[in-house]
Amino acid sequence: MNRFVMPLVAFILMAGLLGYGLREGYDPKLVPSPLIDKQAPAFSLAMLEQPSRQLSTADMVGQVWVLNVWASWCVSCRAEHEVITDLASRNLVTVVGLNYKDEPADATRWLQQFGNPYAASVIDRDGRVGIDWGVYGVPETFVIGADGQIKYKHIGPVTHESLEKKIMPVLTELLG
Amino acid sequence: MRHLRLILCFTVLAMPAHAAIEAYEFNSPKMEADYNQLINELRCLVCQNQNLASSDADLARDLRRETYDMLSEGKSQQEVVDFMVARYGDFVLYRPQFKSTTYLLWLGPFLLLLLVLFFLVRRLRAQAAPDEVDAAALARARQLLENNESKQ
Repeated sequence: MNRFVMPLVAFILMAGLLGYGLREGYDPKLVPSPLIDKQAPAFSLAMLEQPSRQLSTADMVGQVWVLNVWASWCVSCRAEHEVITDLASRNLVTVVGLNYKDEPADATRWLQQFGNPYAASVIDRDGRVGIDWGVYGVPETFVIGADGQIKYKHIGPVTHESLEKKIMPVLTELLG
Repeated sequence: MRHLRLILCFTVLAMPAHAAIEAYEFNSPKMEADYNQLINELRCLVCQNQNLASSDADLARDLRRETYDMLSEGKSQQEVVDFMVARYGDFVLYRPQFKSTTYLLWLGPFLLLLLVLFFLVRRLRAQAAPDEVDAAALARARQLLENNESKQ
């Protein structure tokens, strides 16, 4: 009898551990951002629509806003485009686009083709601002509070489900 | 000697597989060594089981450039590591720092070894201990054997 107990216990522990790794909503490839609840990295970048004008993080202080990292070469950005459009159309927060490592001409054409949900898009041509924000897989979406701190980061395309379940609760809390 | 030549041959063959694509110029051998060490110890976030040196991902190229630029500006290895960790978290390090959240990671294997040794020693001791044999049973066995022999 006793010689079955130890293997059984070992098996149950192992199964529990493996089961924990398979739990719903867990993706081992997602790297949690160390920037959460930290001051958003500052940038001042040319706007895609008017390259002569700059938009900076300082301009956004005092309001809750969303930064969506996108590119015309990014397939998943196309998939999440309608969700970002949905979010922007609710007029709750300003949605800013960070056009990441893209050709401005391609980016402009992309927006014309699919519609432009962004209040403004800024050009991060060499991806340096992306590095500052810890971007590693476009698309990524950040929620920034009125205090200028990053409150939430979504890696990969935003779906209708993740918009309602993850992003909206953060926004609702920030907007009070 | 023959072996040495063979080894040299293979070393030369293996090099391109490991080299990053960019041709950077280094101000000093130390800077080159620092650069090579860093890109070998920093993880590429896109293809997560490769380091910056072996990854061909766009982000890896950018992070190599960032590493090179920081070293050119005279920054130390530690400053580059801090820069990366501030943006991408501890995951970017192939050699995690020793701190409260990584104690288990660093010490876990040794704890496991101690645990196994403990059980091993206990089991070996139990086996080494002579079995308690009933003196009466031993005497009876001897008698049976003797009887058997005398009959033949």
